Amino acid sequence: MSVITTDVTAPADVPAPAAPGRARLRFLRGGKTRTGLLILAFFAVLAVAGPWLAPYDPDAMSDDLLQAPSAAHWFGTTHTGQDVLSQILVGTRGVLVVGFLAGFLATVLSVLIGVTSGFLGGAADEALSMLSNIFLVIPGLPLIIIIASFVEDTTDLLIAAVIALTSWAWGSRILRAQTLSLRRRDYVEAARATGESTWRIILFEIMPNLTAVIASGFVGTVIFAILSEITLAFIGVADISHWNWGTVLFWAQSNQALAQGAWWWFVPAGLCIALLGTALTLINFGIDEFVNPRLRSSAGGSRKVRMRVGFTPVARTGTPGKPSKEQSE
Amino acid sequence: MTYVLQRLAFYTVTAWAAITINFMIPRLMPGDPVEALMSRYQGQLDTSAIASLKALFGLDENKSVWEQYTDYWSHLLDGDLGLSFTFFPTPVGEVIAQALPWTLALVGITTLISFLLGTGIGVYSGWRRGSWLDALLPVTTFISAVPYFWLGLIAIALFAVKWPIFPFEGGYDNSLVPAFDWPFISSALYHGVLPGVTIVLSAIAGWILGMRNMMVTVSSEDYVMVAQAKGLSERRVMFGYAARNAILPNISGFALSLGFIVSGTLLVEMVFNYPGIGFQLLQAVGAKDYPLMQGVFLIITLSVLAANLLADMAYALLDPRTRKEA
Repeated sequence: MSVITTDVTAPADVPAPAAPGRARLRFLRGGKTRTGLLILAFFAVLAVAGPWLAPYDPDAMSDDLLQAPSAAHWFGTTHTGQDVLSQILVGTRGVLVVGFLAGFLATVLSVLIGVTSGFLGGAADEALSMLSNIFLVIPGLPLIIIIASFVEDTTDLLIAAVIALTSWAWGSRILRAQTLSLRRRDYVEAARATGESTWRIILFEIMPNLTAVIASGFVGTVIFAILSEITLAFIGVADISHWNWGTVLFWAQSNQALAQGAWWWFVPAGLCIALLGTALTLINFGIDEFVNPRLRSSAGGSRKVRMRVGFTPVARTGTPGKPSKEQSE
Repeated sequence: MTYVLQRLAFYTVTAWAAITINFMIPRLMPGDPVEALMSRYQGQLDTSAIASLKALFGLDENKSVWEQYTDYWSHLLDGDLGLSFTFFPTPVGEVIAQALPWTLALVGITTLISFLLGTGIGVYSGWRRGSWLDALLPVTTFISAVPYFWLGLIAIALFAVKWPIFPFEGGYDNSLVPAFDWPFISSALYHGVLPGVTIVLSAIAGWILGMRNMMVTVSSEDYVMVAQAKGLSERRVMFGYAARNAILPNISGFALSLGFIVSGTLLVEMVFNYPGIGFQLLQAVGAKDYPLMQGVFLIITLSVLAANLLADMAYALLDPRTRKEA
């Protein structure tokens, strides 16, 4: 399986070769996308440098028990005098690594299954879309909890794999619908007529046109993975000796931080999660608007114009992003 | 009719798949955590309880996998999910039966509220694209990025600890005996406000965004323009022509997002110590109570499937195309 994996996903990492420069720039020009990327970059820096930036050892206890935020402890201290800021800084890496690893694995799975099923059609398609529909309706979180709690030592890699295993179906469904609509386009038929091999058609004719869909699926899965992972840590299923934002919340909850009014113990971790999640969602909005121009709010220009029927300046044909109802069902 | 039958067949297969996953998980995992649990309770388990635990968790080494599988099914069909260790020696089925109504009520009411409210706001903000309602989008984005349980923690910190308006845990006043009378129901409603508001707040963003995007797409369709050209009132065009067509994908999205909603509700229950199955799942995880965990997973999955089937039927009623094509 690993061999096929590398084969199929290689182009996904490369930016769309066919996209003209102007279009790509427009994607980056959007304020939403740029804000999202900036916040994400900020957290990426923390993930790399967090352990060095942390002013204290996150495990070290001190005599400052349950202190409110101060100059010495920006985010206050826990009931054993541990520094909350250091815990969050050190925990950033785990959050991002698991999130992106799970997102990557799930994207690989969804591309493999979605594109194959959309391109092949027939019985293989029936079977594969059945599989992804099944995974789509089975609630993910309880399944993740059960698998994770059966395993003795829960490493980051294992958590990421379990999350990926339960979250690939959504992307796969969208990719299948998209591949279905691409498969019969003229240029694909032309490629087939000139004798290109099936693999070449999939990799070089179909995949580049799926880049935006794959990217938005990837970002969406990362959001889901981060939330699931933090949830697992918060419930106490994941390894609680390993710092991440969920672990901070786990200790806060189990030591009655709420009843003692120690808001600084759980507010920063939650805000970090929300900020990171918002950043990723904004990036996804950017991708969505890039694919489907009708979703763009009237940024810039005359804001006074009230959008009404007939004002929409974009042609209705050829929006490849959102498959219409008929295609996706 | 064929459409409904098709969906029914699909959910049957899915239910079978979920049960089979449930069968396989303990057998694929290294070590025998259940065996350890059983040896701890050795003297207190009677023979039938041992037999059902062995069948459910595949501890009977002498049997082939196929025999284990048929055994497993026969126990399930008897409604025998094994014994809970957290609430020893109550059977898992009974434990879940006590908790399920709480979860169903919480999920049902909050989902209905957030669906109606979110769709309504989505219709408006999609129709009046570019108005002040667009400012709502970043806010909803932010809220939807917040984990359900953290929003619950904040709600407790503000409205139960700082300003003690609402109780911070439990599903009803402990001095009351659960019964169908006014004191108990009002107490249950009172205790349900904070968890309910938390879930509605987290869930509503998805409805608003989905509905807004569909409204934006639909409002540039020809039939909307025709309706407007005929001089129909704005309200009539918005609800009768645009929203009516835009809502269909939101309903099929409803079915798919149910799994997320249920997962979120489980977490909120954990935070509020609400007496539903989410809280029991938390206790089961803490005590490594595998029979209860697996029972909870099974019941949650089957309920989600049933709800999905209902949503599909509603879809079939609303969308004449499914009836005609079938």
